[in-house]
Amino acid sequence: MTLRAPPLSAVHRRADASFTDFGGWEMPVEFESIRTEHEAVRSEAGKFDVSHMGQITVDGPDAATLTQRLTTNDVTVLDPGEAQYGAITDEDGIMLDDTVVYRLPEGAADEFLFIPNAGHDGEMTERWLSERDERGLDATVTNRTEEYSMIAVQGPDAPDLLAAETDISLSALSRFEVADGVVAGVDSLIARTGYTGEPGFEILCPPNGAEAIWSALACQPCGLGARDTLRLEMGFLLSGQEFHPVDEPRTPYEAGIGWTVALDTEFVGRDALEGVAADGPEEKLVGIELIDRGVPRHGYDVTTPEGEPIGHVTSGTMSPTLGAPIALAYVPAAYAEPDESVRVVVRGEPKKARTRSTPFLDR
Amino acid sequence: MSFDVPDDLRYLESHEWVRVAGDTAKVGITAFAQDELGDVVFVELPEEGAELTAGEDFGVVESIKAVSDVYAPVSGTVTAVNDRLRDEPELLNEDPFGDGWMLEVEVADESETDDLLSPDAYRDQIE
Repeated sequence: MTLRAPPLSAVHRRADASFTDFGGWEMPVEFESIRTEHEAVRSEAGKFDVSHMGQITVDGPDAATLTQRLTTNDVTVLDPGEAQYGAITDEDGIMLDDTVVYRLPEGAADEFLFIPNAGHDGEMTERWLSERDERGLDATVTNRTEEYSMIAVQGPDAPDLLAAETDISLSALSRFEVADGVVAGVDSLIARTGYTGEPGFEILCPPNGAEAIWSALACQPCGLGARDTLRLEMGFLLSGQEFHPVDEPRTPYEAGIGWTVALDTEFVGRDALEGVAADGPEEKLVGIELIDRGVPRHGYDVTTPEGEPIGHVTSGTMSPTLGAPIALAYVPAAYAEPDESVRVVVRGEPKKARTRSTPFLDR
Repeated sequence: MSFDVPDDLRYLESHEWVRVAGDTAKVGITAFAQDELGDVVFVELPEEGAELTAGEDFGVVESIKAVSDVYAPVSGTVTAVNDRLRDEPELLNEDPFGDGWMLEVEVADESETDDLLSPDAYRDQIE
């Protein structure tokens, strides 16, 4: 299989980035060092090429009805220029993906744009098209992943950095709002969204404008490595780790994003999720901090202090901000309260740990 | 990018270095290895008195992004452990051939060092 490459690939190579395969894309994983990049975002600002994320537009008289059917949140509450986080579930309420749905500003060519995870754009386009055809809905669904680059600028200095390069008033743009704007001379969509817990923006632009925007944002280039440690400190989910239809089948309630499930709307998976909401999920995602030395990693077992297996780590790292080993893990609901004593088995050695609420940082 | 490969050391293909002086050997990982790993956050080493077997793993280096076993270039008894690595694992990044050393070993069989890579051979490998 040929890896897809972002338009800025050559620019990243000149910057001596190292690369990794992520969701079928060859993406920069590290420029300087994960710690340096991570700290830049927490204290100043960093920029990320996130062009591996998908872009699918939905337009036409039934665009809202169709998107409502396939996402857990209530898209009808969105005014033009607003966005929301939600999940895409199957009939059993199992998460296939998580996504941000944008209702595009007035005057845009399409009414809705949503962002599936890397490599999911083809499958999600198919999902929208087949649901449309099955229900006889009138909507145009277009996979525009190749037509957009996506650049995130994140960190306490991100608003000032971007303000210097754009013609719109960023202070008028609230969290989860999106507006048309020119960035470094390039017509773009600017959204106040992100995956780091810091103030910041995600900029959608045509691929041939990506380099102008990337170069204009005078801050630390960051790879997927720092993106992962930053999101993990916030307890944000990563597709393929905290949920996966085969390897980690989870409902939004188990994954801790029950707040994105609007049971008063009609969507695929609703009936199954209504049952889960009534009974409460049997297992839940919880934060874990190691007390002993060691680094928790994806797949490590979680046990009681007596050694009884109760779950497994989905993501783990040494938190650069806290200087402590942190993880996310699925455990029985009874253990998913803060300050439960547990063990994480690191190379056969049970390490003392305690459960924590997420985010791990106050943000 | 070219990495420092000191001429007075011998190397393993798995990126450990060894400095042999008489029957004592000092062991660590190379500048190339620490760069591949990235920010080192945790080092697990054997205790003094432990027996090493050439070619077998004796410890673990964890960076933010990866876990890597470390292999013994020579067989012998551990006579000293770099305790600073416990609280300053970043020494492996900052000074892999100096303050970032890992172990001192009393070498059991000095002829084993003949099997190790010369600096030139190791340079060829990482280029």
